Amino acid sequence: MSTGDTHAEAQEPAATATVPHHQVVAFVLMVAFFTAAPFFVYPVFLMKALCFGLFACAFGLLIGYVGLLSFGHAAFLGTAGYVTAHAAKVWGWSPELAIAAGTALAGALGLVVGALAIRSRGIYFANITLAFAQMIYFFCVQVPFTHGEDGIQAVPRGTLLGLLDLHTETAMYFAVLAIFVAGFLLIYRTIHSPFGQVLKAIRENEPRAISLGYRADRYKLLAFVLSAALSGLAGGTKALVFQLASLTDVHWTMSGEVVLMTLLGGLGTVFGPVVGALIMVTLEHYLAQLGAWITIVQGAIFVVCVLTFRRGVVGEVARLLKKPL
Amino acid sequence: MFFGVPAQALFGQLLIGLINGSFYAMLSLGLSVIFGLLNIINFNHGALYMMGAFVAYFLLQWAGLGYWCALLIAPIVIGLVGVVLERTMLKRLYHLDHLYGLLLTFGLALVIQGAFRHAFGSSGLPYTIPGELAGGRNLGFMFLPNYRAWVIVCSLVVCFGTWYVIERTKLGSYLRAATENPTLVRAFGVNVPRMITLTYGFGVALAALAGVLAAPIYQVNPLMGADLIIVVFAVVVIGGLGSIMGSIVTGFALGIVEGLTKVFYPEASNTVIFVIMAVVLLVRPAGLFGRER
Repeated sequence: MSTGDTHAEAQEPAATATVPHHQVVAFVLMVAFFTAAPFFVYPVFLMKALCFGLFACAFGLLIGYVGLLSFGHAAFLGTAGYVTAHAAKVWGWSPELAIAAGTALAGALGLVVGALAIRSRGIYFANITLAFAQMIYFFCVQVPFTHGEDGIQAVPRGTLLGLLDLHTETAMYFAVLAIFVAGFLLIYRTIHSPFGQVLKAIRENEPRAISLGYRADRYKLLAFVLSAALSGLAGGTKALVFQLASLTDVHWTMSGEVVLMTLLGGLGTVFGPVVGALIMVTLEHYLAQLGAWITIVQGAIFVVCVLTFRRGVVGEVARLLKKPL
Repeated sequence: MFFGVPAQALFGQLLIGLINGSFYAMLSLGLSVIFGLLNIINFNHGALYMMGAFVAYFLLQWAGLGYWCALLIAPIVIGLVGVVLERTMLKRLYHLDHLYGLLLTFGLALVIQGAFRHAFGSSGLPYTIPGELAGGRNLGFMFLPNYRAWVIVCSLVVCFGTWYVIERTKLGSYLRAATENPTLVRAFGVNVPRMITLTYGFGVALAALAGVLAAPIYQVNPLMGADLIIVVFAVVVIGGLGSIMGSIVTGFALGIVEGLTKVFYPEASNTVIFVIMAVVLLVRPAGLFGRER
């Protein structure tokens, strides 16, 4: 989405060797928050926020820096969850291998879907990814290993690298935090690499990037695969946290939810998706007992964001600070 | 027997396919008309289809007005709702990327569906077939319920009527011109913003009409449009976004294909449309009837 109205991007410096000061501060604050939080807040709730934060960051890479709105990212989250859960439960794989399998499969799926979808842009791209995700959803409903409506339940968390027993909440929490930080740094590095600069150039003016000799489709495809794989990483981790892989994560409402998280946090910002995910997970936590209200509230936030709050939370903060976040 | 399938089952599924195709065609037609002029994918189309069915239900329950009145009133009511939505919300987004329109209508769909689910639960509310169309007739090779025949005929008439108005009348030529170049048409003194508003109203009125037609078949259910709309999106992609004839023909054709898949390979019946979409995208990225924009 070429966001002419996000101020923060316009001031974004070219790829520099050093990381801007304020972004380091923001990163340290974020890590400090998530390190301290489990001693005050229920860890499972935080792990959910971290998984969705990584998922939203992966999605945000695509919409914020390549300008592609995927409306089918749940497919990657969900299938990776199924693969991880199946590998850990049925094949008895260790957690790191199970998550790696889920991530790899999400990446491979991203390659196939991306190769087909990348030729279109804008609304077409959104529509096509949505339709593919729905195809994958029906596939997951029908194949026996996903256990249909029941999902894969009681997935063992196992022992990470043969050393760390993940069945205690604290151990699991810090493993999830490590995965989240690793994924976040990878995305950050990608955005600020020469590769990321080319992606931004394609977002701003694709014909021009092509005329300069960049193979735009390859760059976009690689970004799509990266985004899909990282969504898979989030999905696999989430399956281990909740010891469950279910149809909810493959359904298109999940694809919509991740769009909302990123939009609410701020499109084209690095930290926005994390903030958006944290807000949404908190909202869901408090609104869970109200049933259908959660959908109404989500929809209303969507409408308000689109109409009056297009920069998102972090986008607004960045505008006040006059610095990209 | 045809290819080892009993004729009864084959024709039965063909009929269901045609019925589904009627709804696909009417909904994708509305989406196409809206997309052509507004350049947005109307994500709340499914929600407005559902509201159309609910208006019919309310009219019967609260005002005692039957099916035939509902067939007329529901599209007008929902069309007005559409006009209000366009004037108050969508209008503000035209200067932005078209994706914001998609996101806004997605949000609206969530609000509408959530509100109806909150008020009426997830189970369907019954709506009886009007007396004039009850029963059916035996065609010799199959039994054809009158109401289903009516839905197919009605959908065909509405679809081709719309096609005729857009492609063959003066009003339609304004619309097509505004789709090509709104600024120039405005310079000729045509009130394009009003045309956009009315087009949106008309598009969603088509959805509401489909909703009323669907009410006696599928019951009135807050979620009746939610999953249907995703299939319709795939239909629109296959036909080519913005193509009027494309959406009508692919709507009916895909309904029939889906019905036939249910007979010959039931496991794939949910996915067949999406598989066709993938193949079409490989061969013709702009859709069967579409042009690259």
